[in-house]
Amino acid sequence: MNPNLSAIVLQTALLLALAPLISGCIRNWKARLQNRRGPRVVQPYFDLIKFLRKDMVISEHASWVFSAAPYVVFITALLVGLMVPMVTTQAPLSLFGGVLAVVGLLALGRFFMALGGLDPASAFGGMGSSREMTIAAIAEPALMLAIFTVAITVGSTDFSHMVAAAQQSGWDLLNPAHLMAFVALFVVLLAETGRIPIDNPATHLELTMIHEAMLLEYSGRHLALMEWGASIKQLVLMAILVNIFLPVGLADDGSAAALGLGLAVFLGKILLLSAAVVLVETVNAKLRLFRVPDLLSAAFVLATMALLSTFIFH
Amino acid sequence: MDITPTTLLPLTLMGYVLGCAAGLLFLRHEKLANFCSFGCGTVAALCGAVACVMSLTAGSTAAVLQLQLLPTLIPYVQFTVRLDPLSAFFGLIVSLLGFALSLYSLGYACGFYGRKNVGVLGAFFNLMLLATTLVVMADNAFFFLMVWEIMALSAYCLVSFEHEKPETRSAGVLYFVMSHIGTGCIMLGFLLLFQASGRVLGNYGPDAYSFAGFHALTGNVSWLSSGSRDAAFLLFLIGFGIKAGIVPLHTWLPAAHPVAPSNVSAFMSGVLIKTGIYGLTRVFFYFLGTPPMWWGVTVLAIGTVSAVLGVLYALMQHDLKRLLAYHSIENIGIILMGFGASLMFLHTNHPLLATLALIAGLYHTINHAVFKGLLFLGAGAVLHATHTRDMEQMGGLAKRMPQTAFFFLVGAVAISALPPLNGFVSEWLTYQSLLQGFGTTDSLLRLMFPIGGALLALTSALAAACFVKAFGITFLAQPRSEAAAQAHEAPLTMLLAQAVLVAACVFLGLFPTVFLQVLDPLTQQLTGLQISQQLTLANGLVLSGVNQNGGTVSTLGITLLGLCLLSIPFVLWLVFARRAKTRIGPTWDCGLKGLTPRMEYTATGFSKPIRMIFKALFRPRREVQREYDFSPYFTTSIRFEAHVEEVFETRIYRPLNRWVLWASRRMRALQAGSLQAYLIYIFITLLLLLLFAL
Repeated sequence: MNPNLSAIVLQTALLLALAPLISGCIRNWKARLQNRRGPRVVQPYFDLIKFLRKDMVISEHASWVFSAAPYVVFITALLVGLMVPMVTTQAPLSLFGGVLAVVGLLALGRFFMALGGLDPASAFGGMGSSREMTIAAIAEPALMLAIFTVAITVGSTDFSHMVAAAQQSGWDLLNPAHLMAFVALFVVLLAETGRIPIDNPATHLELTMIHEAMLLEYSGRHLALMEWGASIKQLVLMAILVNIFLPVGLADDGSAAALGLGLAVFLGKILLLSAAVVLVETVNAKLRLFRVPDLLSAAFVLATMALLSTFIFH
Repeated sequence: MDITPTTLLPLTLMGYVLGCAAGLLFLRHEKLANFCSFGCGTVAALCGAVACVMSLTAGSTAAVLQLQLLPTLIPYVQFTVRLDPLSAFFGLIVSLLGFALSLYSLGYACGFYGRKNVGVLGAFFNLMLLATTLVVMADNAFFFLMVWEIMALSAYCLVSFEHEKPETRSAGVLYFVMSHIGTGCIMLGFLLLFQASGRVLGNYGPDAYSFAGFHALTGNVSWLSSGSRDAAFLLFLIGFGIKAGIVPLHTWLPAAHPVAPSNVSAFMSGVLIKTGIYGLTRVFFYFLGTPPMWWGVTVLAIGTVSAVLGVLYALMQHDLKRLLAYHSIENIGIILMGFGASLMFLHTNHPLLATLALIAGLYHTINHAVFKGLLFLGAGAVLHATHTRDMEQMGGLAKRMPQTAFFFLVGAVAISALPPLNGFVSEWLTYQSLLQGFGTTDSLLRLMFPIGGALLALTSALAAACFVKAFGITFLAQPRSEAAAQAHEAPLTMLLAQAVLVAACVFLGLFPTVFLQVLDPLTQQLTGLQISQQLTLANGLVLSGVNQNGGTVSTLGITLLGLCLLSIPFVLWLVFARRAKTRIGPTWDCGLKGLTPRMEYTATGFSKPIRMIFKALFRPRREVQREYDFSPYFTTSIRFEAHVEEVFETRIYRPLNRWVLWASRRMRALQAGSLQAYLIYIFITLLLLLLFAL
């Protein structure tokens, strides 16, 4: 139960190392589906190193909040990552917080990112902040309700307990409640990670950007921390999705064999989910901003129905 | 002299009286008046805070302090003060905020020199502090109503302090009227309780209207099944609800809080509305006995609606203080969600969960007092520096007022329920009690808990959006007006006061397990359980739900680990970026000749997506007038006006107002001005009363 130092170090390393790879895979596969060659899978690592080495330009209008934001975004993403079980059933930091802390910490990172967008006095940054906060606000009830559906069946807001309960018999993804909660969470995942149809991570037109618009004024190592933080957050949200709804192969103990198997299975699941994201991104077009609430309220309704069906079937 | 609550409490009350007298005595010497009256207030409030903390930490077995303030001059009126745990807890809130605000006022009142009478401000401020302290400590209904009224009236005088502005006058009158409707309801509620307890005791003497007498009713079976208990519940809910500012009785609050001087706004939003919460706690958990299900359902529903609507309206404001005032409605809603859940658990006989939910509500009560006080003080400092409340005129203040900006940011993080500060802790407790509550009943009503939880999530996400706007537009980017560009940092006392509240925010956020021990005697008094031990794990590092498997959180642990993780960016810097340079440059301006403040995002623009998404509620209306020479794309002048409809005002209050005026006109026929007619009325009334008595 106590926070285990080696587990914390290992999981931090895993988060730092794996997150850019997932972003790279998604980008590469998306290009291939569109008949392009696309950047290499390992390109994000090179990008990060390049950003880290570069000089920084900070806006003359910006205050200290602008420089603090990348650190907050990066640290909160890592903290969240330590609270979610990835390879092992027991997350290294599960004692320090569960679902509610994860949602809260992600919101803290977003809060500072939005402030960082507003700080350089550019209209693009303000637009990005405004849209990001709006979309987060309407995604949050769906996210919470979907997770509550699971939390109520398990009787805990702790991810490790959820996963442990999910591993026991009587739990399957095909349970209608879980299926609906899964779909709702998947939509929220798309919204939170700034994917099509909600946001376009590849856009270069400032007026359609949401997430990228907030980062426009960042450069050098600040940009590296922001990008890295965003990809860690993406990895963590994916891990929540796959490990709660598909809790196969998680290591119960610290033996090397179990950990190796756990890592392999985890990678497989994450890559599978990434493939799904790629597919969704490729076959959909970006929604108009004011159609996004429709999609997210559909997710909310799905989560409500998931909750209702646990109520009926128990 | 020992330092005990017994000696400190009279000192506190005396201090407020002295402060009030000093203000009046030095009416013509504003500096002296400022120093003496707010100085007395500061010291008195500090004594009060110490007294309350000592009385709360003394343990539940310690004797309850009871004082007779004045001899009984008039039969029935006893001026008894009793410091039981519930009173001490709310007394702590009053005194803590009273301390910070009096300190702040020492600097803030300088802004009124030569314009307004500072002596009057100081006198009424101390009177309000005195009355509020007595409200939470009064031991019988008579005394309670008296000080309640003094509190309302002194607050009215302070709201109308800058009465030259018509806006202030109408807000003051609205507050006055609403407040008295509330007092009327409370009075009727107390009469019902008095009647019942008199019947039980067999006499209608002082015991029958003392709080102990009301408490004795909880064991009385015939009272518990009577309809007047439900009536009393509704009357108290309306009466105290008006003071607390629940939807739909909230309209006075966003009108009155912004127009008052900032120290008063902070007190009203932080503390005064909490007296409504005090009243509700006292009545629901101490007088009325085991509640029926529908009470809890009503309170939970009202709480949820208040929370969501409060934050939605707050988002539409661009007046900084009005925005904060709407957030008070939101937070009162969150407090009531805890209380409503607690009442439901009491009905289904789950005392442990009821205690947890009650603690969530009470914890949020003190949290809201602290961070809302802090935010209003920050807004006051901004107002002091820029002489405007309009956020569209601000910007760039983080560079000009760095300390105030930092304090405001702490308050903004706390109120948005972001970890690791205190707002997160109390919302975490609320979520836990809602989630655990799902299993307490089999009826469909249990769906209220997760849906309430989801709406709470919506509320806190919207609050975060709102405070990105409030902080970002006010403090970041370029100044939007000359006044903002010329802004200066606030004087030392104003900063100190904010620092006190920041420290309180951090303490309540990082050390919840320590603070929860203070709540033990309180929950012992109200639900008969002490659960701080159950909520504490790992030597107080970790806060847990009542059921340890149900979830744990450690704000302190998160913070410490976060600080450790900062070594990663540091190492990255060492390895890669040691030779990288940092330049200060202009923001990307698309090739124009530099950015002007007019190109920045505005507060109205920031909340536009939310206005569009919730347009069914807001019914936004806009008027655009533009003049152009050749093509509409090249306007020479443009005028833009946008309005949001306040549904409750247009749909409920205005029709009601019209009806009252219509009825009054009809009644005027009775008031013909002839003496004979009036004598006849008196005679008929007398006759009817006699008949009634027979």
